[in-house]
Amino acid sequence: MALTPKEIEAKTEQLKAFIAEHKDVDGPLMPIMQEAQNLFGYLSLDTQELIADSLGIPVTDVYGVATFYAQFSLKPKGDNVVSVCTGTACYVKGAQAVLDKVVEILGIAPGETTDDGKFTIQETRCLGCCGLAPVMTINETVYGRLTPADIKGILEKYQ
Amino acid sequence: MNNVTLTIDGIQVTVPADYTILEAAREANINIPTLCYLKDVQQIGACRMCLVEVVGGRALQAACVSPVSEGMVVKTNTEKIRKSRKTILELLLSNHNRECTSCVRSANCELQALCREYGVDDYPYDGEMSETTIDEMSPSIVRDNSKCISCRRCIATCTKIQKIGAIGVSKRGINTTVGSIFGRSLVDSPCVNCGQCILACPVGALHEKESISDVWAALHDPDKYVVVQPAPAVRVTIGEEFGLPMGTVATGKLATALHRMGFDKVFDTDFGADLTIMEEGNELIERISNGGTLPMITSCSPGWVKYCETFYPEFIPNLSSCKSPHEMAGAVIKSYFAEKEGIDPAKIYVVSVMPCTAKKFEAKREELSNGGLADVDAVITVRELARMIKSAGIDFARLPDGDFDKLCGESTGAGVIFGATGGVMEAALRTVYEKVTGKELADVNFHEVRGIEGIKEAEIDLDGKKITVAVAHGTGNASELLEAVKRGEKEYTFIEIMGCPGGCVTGGGTPIVCSKDLQYVNPKVERAKGLYAEDEGKPKRKSHENEEIKALYDNYLGEVGGHKAHELLHTHYVARVKYTR
Repeated sequence: MALTPKEIEAKTEQLKAFIAEHKDVDGPLMPIMQEAQNLFGYLSLDTQELIADSLGIPVTDVYGVATFYAQFSLKPKGDNVVSVCTGTACYVKGAQAVLDKVVEILGIAPGETTDDGKFTIQETRCLGCCGLAPVMTINETVYGRLTPADIKGILEKYQ
Repeated sequence: MNNVTLTIDGIQVTVPADYTILEAAREANINIPTLCYLKDVQQIGACRMCLVEVVGGRALQAACVSPVSEGMVVKTNTEKIRKSRKTILELLLSNHNRECTSCVRSANCELQALCREYGVDDYPYDGEMSETTIDEMSPSIVRDNSKCISCRRCIATCTKIQKIGAIGVSKRGINTTVGSIFGRSLVDSPCVNCGQCILACPVGALHEKESISDVWAALHDPDKYVVVQPAPAVRVTIGEEFGLPMGTVATGKLATALHRMGFDKVFDTDFGADLTIMEEGNELIERISNGGTLPMITSCSPGWVKYCETFYPEFIPNLSSCKSPHEMAGAVIKSYFAEKEGIDPAKIYVVSVMPCTAKKFEAKREELSNGGLADVDAVITVRELARMIKSAGIDFARLPDGDFDKLCGESTGAGVIFGATGGVMEAALRTVYEKVTGKELADVNFHEVRGIEGIKEAEIDLDGKKITVAVAHGTGNASELLEAVKRGEKEYTFIEIMGCPGGCVTGGGTPIVCSKDLQYVNPKVERAKGLYAEDEGKPKRKSHENEEIKALYDNYLGEVGGHKAHELLHTHYVARVKYTR
C-alpha cells in the first residue's frame, strides 16, 4: 500500500522517536530497522539514510543488513502478501509447483510486487503447520494441502 | 608494551605482546599468505588463507586475528595447512572470472600469485557463479564484480580510512555483492573518486577508467597538437613499474620517455604547481588582510574537493578558488602557449599524467574550461602511462635523462613537493613568508608540516605576525580536523587537505604495492623521500623565483590575482548530496 506524504511524515516522526530511545543501547541497528520495517512496510533510501545518519554509520551498512535478512523489504509490499512456504516439509510435498503456479498467474517473481500494487509474492520458511503441507498464507489467512489447481480460485478472491 | 617469546616453525621470535601470529611470523621472515588482511586497514580473519596450527589448539586458526602468547608453538607449514590453503584457493576460483591474460592485474594479482605458489592447476569445484556486474559509469573507477573475491579490503579502506562508505557488502551467499547501495553505480554514490579502493584490491575487481586509447588516438592524429604534463608524484612512482626501487627519482627518464612517445610538447605539472602557489599564496594574504573567510583550505586535490562538496558543504567558502595545478597548466597551455606559438587552441590536446583517479573526474568538470575548451582533455594514471611506455617499446629503466620543454616546463623545489602530504603547505609558506615580510627566508624547510602523521599542526611566525596552520591527508583525517574546527576547538588560518592518505605519492593512480610488501615498506614515506631529495637538489626552491612563471605574469597574465589570472586560473564549487533522488 502506498503511503501518503502525510502518513510518511507521521511515521518518520515515530521512527525518529524510536531511534532516540534506542540509539545508545548495544546493537541498536537491528531493532531500529525492524521498527522501520513495521512502520513503513519497507525500507526506502530515505529511511535507511535517516537510520544511518542517526547512528553515525554509512548507509551501506544499513543496506547490507537490509539485504542480508529476508525479513526486510526494500520496496513497498502489495495490498496482499502471498507467502509460499518452501521449508523442508512443504517442499517435499510439492511447494515448488505451488509457487510456480502463483508466479505464473501473477506474472511476477518471488520478492516482487505486481504493477497494480495488489500482490507481493514471497518465499518463506517453515510456518509451523507442516501437517497442512504444502502451505501458503495470504496476509493472515492460511491455506493448506494445496495443489497447483487450487491457486487460481484462491487468488481470485483477492483480485 | 611487554614482549613475549614464541616459536614459529622452530624459530624463536620475541615480539611485543599485542602482535598477532601473522605479524610475529613476518618479523621472522616467515610468510603466511593472506588475502583479506591489509596492514593498518583490515584484519578480520575472513578469507582463511592465513590458517596456522597452534600446538595444543583445537582447530587451525587465522593468524591475522590470533594474538601471540608466551611460549606459544606455531606451525605454518604442514601438509594439512598447505592442503587447506589450496582448497580455499580452489573454492575462490570456482566463483572467479579466470580470464587472467586480459586482466589489468595479471602478474600483479595476489590471488594469481598464491595459486601459482600453491600449485593450483585444476578447478575441481566449478558450479554456480555469482551474477556478473560491471560498473563503468564512473569517470574514474571501474568495478568488475566477476573478479571480486569479497575480501572487503576496498570497503574497509572506503569506510574506515576514508570515512566515506560509498561501498559495502549486500545480499548473501552466492548473491553476495560488493558495491554501492540499491545496485547503483559509484557515480550515483558519495564516492569521491580517490581510487584508494583500487590500491586495496588484491585482484582485478577494481581499476581506473582507462584513457589509454584516447591518448594514443590523439598522438596519431596529425591535426592534433598533443601536450603532456606529469604531476609531481609521477617522477617518484613511475620507476616502480619498471623494477626500480621504491622512491627512485626518475624525472629525467620520465621526460625522455614522454618525448619518445611522440608528444609535441612535454611540459610539467610542477610548473602549474608553482603557478598555483602564486595565486593561492596571494589569495591567502588577501583573505588575511581583507577579513576574508578563514581558514582557507587548499583545493589541489579533487578527491578532497568532492568530499568537501558532499560531506562538508559548509566549508565550500573556505576552499581556495584556485584551480588545481594541472588545470592551471592546461588553461595556460591553451591560452598563453597557444598564442605565443601561434597554435589554434582548439587543436591542442592536453594530457595530464596523474597519480590520481579523481583527476579524471575533475577534468570533466564543466567549470574547468575556457571558451568551451576543457583545460585538460585526458587524464591517465601512472599505471596507464607505464603500460603505454611498455607498449611503445621504450626501455624506461635504461633511458638517458631528458628535460621538460621551455615556456611551461620549469619548476622549483616548491612545485616538486606538492606530491607529498604537507608539500603544498610548505610551498605556500615559502612564498607567503617572503611576500608578507619582504625578507628572505633563512631556512626554506618547514619540517613541522612534513611526515605522515594524520593531522599536523604548526605555528608560523611571519615576522611577528603568527599564523596557525594544519595539514590533513586522507578524507578520514580531514573529517576529524574539520569536526574539531566546527566544534570551535581549533582555529587555523590555513589548512592543507589531500584526499589520499600520504598525499599524491600514494594516490589512487600510483603503482599498486602488494599487501605483503606493505608489512616491510611504507610507500608514503619512501616515495615522499624522493620528492624531498629532488627539492633539496633544485637550484630554486621558491615558486615566485620560477623564471617562466615570472615571464608568464609579465608577458601575459599581468597582476597575480588580477583579472586575467582570475578568468583562467580560478574556479568555483557546488554543494552535492550523497545520494541523488
